[in-house]
Amino acid sequence: MALKIVKGSIDRIFDKNLQDLVRGIRNHKEDEAKYISTCIDEIKQELKQDNIAVKANAVCKLTYLQMLGYDVSWAAFNIVEVMSSSKFTYKRIGYLAASQCFHESTDVIMLTTNQIRKDLSSPNQYDTGVALTGLSCFVTPDLARDLANDIMTLMSHTKPYIRKKAVLIMYKVFLKYPESLRPAFPRLKEKLEDPDPGVQSAAVNVICELARRNPKNYLSLAPLFFKLMTSSTNNWVLIKIIKLFGALTPLEPRLGKKLIEPLTNLIHSTSAMSLLYECVNTVIAGQYWESVGNLCVQKLRILIEDSDQNLKYLGLLAMSKILKTHPKSVQSHKDLILQCLDDKDESIRLRALDLLYGMVSKKNLMEIVKKLMLHVDKAEGTTYRDELLTKIIDICSQSNYQYITNFEWYISILVELTRLEGTRHGHLIASQMLDVAIRVKAIRAFAVAQMATLLDNAHLLTGNTQRNGICEVLYAAAWICGEFSEHLENPMQTLEAMLRPKVATLPGHIQAVYVQNAAKLFATVLKGEEGNTDGTAAQEASQLMIDRLPLFVQSANLEVQERASCILQLVKYIQKLQQKDVEVAEEVNALFAGELNPVAPKAQKKVPVPEGLDLDAWINEPPSESESEDEQPKAIFAKEEPKHSRPRHTEVDEKELARRREARKQEQANNPFYIKASPSSQKVYQEAPGVEHIPVVQIDLNVVLPFSCLPMSDQYVKMEEERRQKERAEKKKKEKKKRKEKRSGRGKKHDSAPESEEDITPAHMVDIVTEEMPENALPSDDDERDPTDPHKALDIDLDKPLADSEKLPVRSHRAAEAQKSPTDGETENATLQEPKKKSSKEKREKKKDKERDRKVYDIQGNLQDGSQVVVSVIFENKCNSFLKSMEFNVLDSLNSKLQRPEGSGPHDGLVVPFQLPPGVSNEARFVFTVQSIVMPQKLKGTLTFIVKNEDDSTHEKLDFKLHFTCTSYLITTPCYSDAFAKLLESGDLKSSSIRLEGVNMPFHHLLARICFHHHFSVVERIDSCASMYSRSIQGHHVCLLVKTTVSIDAKCDEPTLLGNVLDEIKQTFSQC
Amino acid sequence: MQFMLLFSRQGKLRLQKWYVPLSDKEKKKITRELVQTVLARKPKMCSFLEWRDLKIVYKRYASLYFCCAIEDQDNELITLEIIHRYVELLDKYFGSVCELDIIFNFEKAYFILDEFLLGGEAQETSKKNVLKAIEQADLLQEVRPALTEIKI
Repeated sequence: MALKIVKGSIDRIFDKNLQDLVRGIRNHKEDEAKYISTCIDEIKQELKQDNIAVKANAVCKLTYLQMLGYDVSWAAFNIVEVMSSSKFTYKRIGYLAASQCFHESTDVIMLTTNQIRKDLSSPNQYDTGVALTGLSCFVTPDLARDLANDIMTLMSHTKPYIRKKAVLIMYKVFLKYPESLRPAFPRLKEKLEDPDPGVQSAAVNVICELARRNPKNYLSLAPLFFKLMTSSTNNWVLIKIIKLFGALTPLEPRLGKKLIEPLTNLIHSTSAMSLLYECVNTVIAGQYWESVGNLCVQKLRILIEDSDQNLKYLGLLAMSKILKTHPKSVQSHKDLILQCLDDKDESIRLRALDLLYGMVSKKNLMEIVKKLMLHVDKAEGTTYRDELLTKIIDICSQSNYQYITNFEWYISILVELTRLEGTRHGHLIASQMLDVAIRVKAIRAFAVAQMATLLDNAHLLTGNTQRNGICEVLYAAAWICGEFSEHLENPMQTLEAMLRPKVATLPGHIQAVYVQNAAKLFATVLKGEEGNTDGTAAQEASQLMIDRLPLFVQSANLEVQERASCILQLVKYIQKLQQKDVEVAEEVNALFAGELNPVAPKAQKKVPVPEGLDLDAWINEPPSESESEDEQPKAIFAKEEPKHSRPRHTEVDEKELARRREARKQEQANNPFYIKASPSSQKVYQEAPGVEHIPVVQIDLNVVLPFSCLPMSDQYVKMEEERRQKERAEKKKKEKKKRKEKRSGRGKKHDSAPESEEDITPAHMVDIVTEEMPENALPSDDDERDPTDPHKALDIDLDKPLADSEKLPVRSHRAAEAQKSPTDGETENATLQEPKKKSSKEKREKKKDKERDRKVYDIQGNLQDGSQVVVSVIFENKCNSFLKSMEFNVLDSLNSKLQRPEGSGPHDGLVVPFQLPPGVSNEARFVFTVQSIVMPQKLKGTLTFIVKNEDDSTHEKLDFKLHFTCTSYLITTPCYSDAFAKLLESGDLKSSSIRLEGVNMPFHHLLARICFHHHFSVVERIDSCASMYSRSIQGHHVCLLVKTTVSIDAKCDEPTLLGNVLDEIKQTFSQC
Repeated sequence: MQFMLLFSRQGKLRLQKWYVPLSDKEKKKITRELVQTVLARKPKMCSFLEWRDLKIVYKRYASLYFCCAIEDQDNELITLEIIHRYVELLDKYFGSVCELDIIFNFEKAYFILDEFLLGGEAQETSKKNVLKAIEQADLLQEVRPALTEIKI
C-alpha cells in the first residue's frame, strides 16, 4: 500500500502542473488546439487515479482551460470529489473550480448539499469561508432552500470574517429562495448594528440591494439608516445608504426634508467624487430639488470642467437626468455643453449631443444647429458624422417642429446636409424635405426653388452613386418639384434636368419618381404656355419628352419601364393634338389634380365603425357543425369540405354569374365605403373639405434669394438675428410710448426684460398642416395602449415574494374567509348595538375590516417536522383606536392543536406579542401540530383584545375560522423527470382523475395557477400535457398529469389526500 | 456587479468572474463582444460605456484591461475604485504584479478576488484585512503536497 502511494507520487512529479500547462500553451501558439486536446487526455488519465493530489492538480488545470473556453462539464463529478477533500489545499481548488464551472443546470450540484453543509459548520473558518464564496457563485434554488437555515445561523457566528460573508450571501439566497427572506430578515436587520464595521457594511449592502427593488417594504428602516448615515464615515457604506434613500424618498416625501441637511453637508464636505456623484444622483431622483438643486448643478459643472474624462462623462450623464425634470437649470450651462462637443473623446461628444437635444428652444435653435453644422464639417469618421446628422434632424424636427421659427432656414440646412459625403442617412434627409414641403404650405415656393437647384446640380450628389445613400434626396427633390410645380420659376429647365441621360444611373425607385414627376412638370409647362399663340414652347416640351423618355422605357426596372412607356404614349398623343392646335393643357393637368395630404399613422384605426356594421357577424352562414366535431376534428375537415363546396359552384351558370357581377357593381357604386377604381375618385378627393379651409398666408420674403447658388443657412441666422433685433426695437419703441404715457401715472416699470420664448415670433406665419384624421375620429389619447397587451397582465412585481409583510395568501383560504366575515360582523353588530351608538358602530366596522384582514394568513408546512404547520397571520388595525392585549385562541380539534407554551392549559389563548396603533399591521406566527393531513379542516377561534380610546377602553372579541386545506400541507418540491417516472412505475400509487369544467385559459396559465395555489412544480411539459409533482409534509408523493383538454389524472400514495387536493384544485378553477 | 473580466491587449481572457448565472454559451458571447468593444476604444476615452442594458466600467493597467459590468443604478466611480483596489491587492500580494503573475497563479488571483468581493458586492474595504485572510488561508495550504506525501 505504502509502495503504491510512493509510486503514485513519483509519477505525479512527472505530471504537468498548472504552470507547465500554461507554459506549454504559450509554447504551442501554432497548434494550440492540438496541444490542449493532448493535455485534456492527460487530465482524464489523472482524474482516474485515486490520489486526491493528482485529481486536484487536474481540476486546477481544467479550471484554467475552462477560462480559455473549453468545455469541462464532463469533469463536474471530479470537481465535487476535490471539493469534498478534507485538506484545505484541495478543497479550495475544488470550490474554485465549482464556482467557475457550475451553473444551475449542472446536475451534480444536487450531490453537494451535504458536503457544503458540513463545510459550513467546519471549525476552521477558512473552510467555511471557501464554501460560502463558492456557494455565492453556484447557489441554486434547491441549495438555497436546503442551506438557508445553516447560512442564517452563520450570520451570528463568532468570527466577523464568517458573519460578513454569511450576510452577503444571504442576498443570493433570497433571490433563489424568496421564502427565506421573512424568517431571515430580523437577523439581517440586527446586523446593521453589528460591532464589526465589515459586517455592518455587508448588511447595509444587502438591504440596499433588496430595497432598490421593493423600496416600500423598507420604509420602516429609514430612521435606522438615517442614524447610520449621520454617524458613518465609511464612504462605501455612505454611498449605499444614499442610494437607498434615493429609492425611498419618492415614496415618503417627508424623508426628503430630513435628508436635505446631511446631504448638503456631504456635498459640501466630501472629497470623494464617487460619494459626491451618488449624492447628486439621489438629489436628482428625490424631492430635494428646490433646496439643493442649484448646488448640484454647480458641482456638476465642476465635474464637467474637470480634465478627467470620466468625471466629465458622468457630469454630462447626470445633467441629462436633470434635463428631464428641470430643463431650465441645464439650459444655463449651454456654453459648457457646447464646449464638450470639441472634446477628443467621442463618447463625451455623444453625451453632449444628447443633452443638446433637450436644451433647444426657439431662441437658441439656430445657434446650436449652426455650431453642430460646423462640427459636421470637421468631424472625422462617418459614424460620428452620421450621428451628428441624425441629431441635427432630431433636434429640429422634435415635437412637430416646435422650435423652428424659420423654415427657409431649415430647408437650407437640409440642403447643406446633402453635401455630406458618404452618409447613410440620405433617406432621412429626404423624408424631412418631403414632410416640410407637404406640411408647411408657406414654404413650398421656397422649397421648390431649392429642390430645382438640387436637381440641376444632381451630378454633385451622384458622384459615386453605388455606396452613397445621399441620392435618396433626389427622390424627394423630384417629387417636390413635380407636385408643387406651379411654384417653379422655370419649369422647362427643371424638366430638362429631370430627363438627363445621367438619371438612368440612379436607383430604380428614384427613376420612377423622376419619370412620374416629369409628366407633372410637363403638364405645368403646357398650362403655362396655354395663353401663348405660337405654342412653340409647349411643342418643345413635348419633343423633349418624346426624345428622352425612350431611355427610360428600356429600363430594367419594371416600375420605371411601365410608367415611362405609359407617359411616352400619352405625350405622343398630346403632340398630335398640339399639331392640330387643340387645347390640351387643362385635360393633361386634370391627370394630376388634387392634393395629397399627410395622413396620420393611426388614421385607419380611428375610422369609426358605421352604425349597423358588425364586423364579427358572419357574411355567409358558417357550415353546420352539428357533427360530432370534437371527436375527430381532423377527419371532418379533410373529407367533407370538398364535398360541400364544389358542386355548388358548378351549379352557377354563366348568365347567373354576369347578373351577380352586375348587381355587385351596382351595390359597390352606391356604397360609400367601397374604394372605386375609376379615376373619378381623385376628384372626390379634391372636393373633400379639410385642406382648403386652412388659411394659407403669403410669404413676404425679405430678401430676393439667388436661386442659382446654394444658399447658406448662415445667412438665415444673420437675417433672423436682424429681424429679431428689429422686432425688439419696435417693441421697445412701443413700450417706451406706453411707458411715456403711463409715466405720468405710475413710477417706472420693468426695463428691458430678458427676451423670453414667447417674444420670438416666427419669421412668417407658418401653418403646419396636421396629419389628417378621418371624420368622427374617436378622440383618444391612449392609442399606444392595447388593452389586450399581454404585458399589462404581467405588470406584477415579480420580486414580490421578496417583500415581507405581504405573504401570498392561499386562494382557497381567502374565499372561505370572505364568505364568513360578513356573518361574523353581523352577529357582532347585533350583540353590541346598544351602547354609544356612533362610536361603537364605527368600531364594529373597523373590526369587520380587521376581520377581513385576517384573511391574510398563510399556512405553511414545516419541512423538518411532518406534523407541524406554521400559520402566519397579519393583523391590521383599521380603526382609529389603539388595540392592545390581543389574545389569540383556537378551539383545538382531535387532529389539530395549537402549540401552547409549556405549563399553559389546553384552552388558554396565546398572547399576541405586539400592540397595534391605528393603521398599523403586524404579523404573528402560530404553530399547530397536526396528526393526519389527509383531510382539510376548519378550526374555530377567537381573538380578544382591548380597544383603547382617549377616555375609555373596551374589551372586545372577534371570531374567526382557520381553514386548513390539504393544499397547505403540500410543499413545492422539484422532481426530476427520471425520478418521477420511477415513482409512477413503482405501482405504490393510487390513481384518480377529474375534469375541470368551463376553464378556458391558456395552458401555461392553468399550470401556473396549479403551481401557485397548490404548491406543485412542473416536472415536464410535452405539447398538450404536463406532469406535475408535489410532496406533503409527511412525505406523500402527489403526481399530476394535466392535459390541455383540462382533465387531470392524478396519482398519490394516499387516496383520501389526493381526493381532497383534487377537490381543492377544482374549487380554485370554479372561482375564476 | 454582474461580472468582472480581465483580458490582455491581445484580447486573451485572463480572468473571469460571473456573479449572475449564465450559460457558458452566453458567457462566451458576452466576453467576445465586450473584449472587442473595449479594445476598439481609443486610449484617451473615458472608462464608461453603455452596453445592452448594463454599464461597463473598465480600466487599463499596463497590458491588462479590467472590465466590470454594473447595473443602471450602480455607481461608476465606486466601481473604478473597486478595480483599483483589486489591482493594489494583487500588487501587494505578488509584489508589483505583472500579467504573467496572473497567468501563472491564476487561482491565487481568484482567491484574492473572492476575499475582496462576494456575490458582486465588496465584502471587505480594508486592504489589510483582505491580505491577512489570504495569508492565513495560504498558511493552511501545504506548499508542496507531493513531497510531503513521499515522506510517508
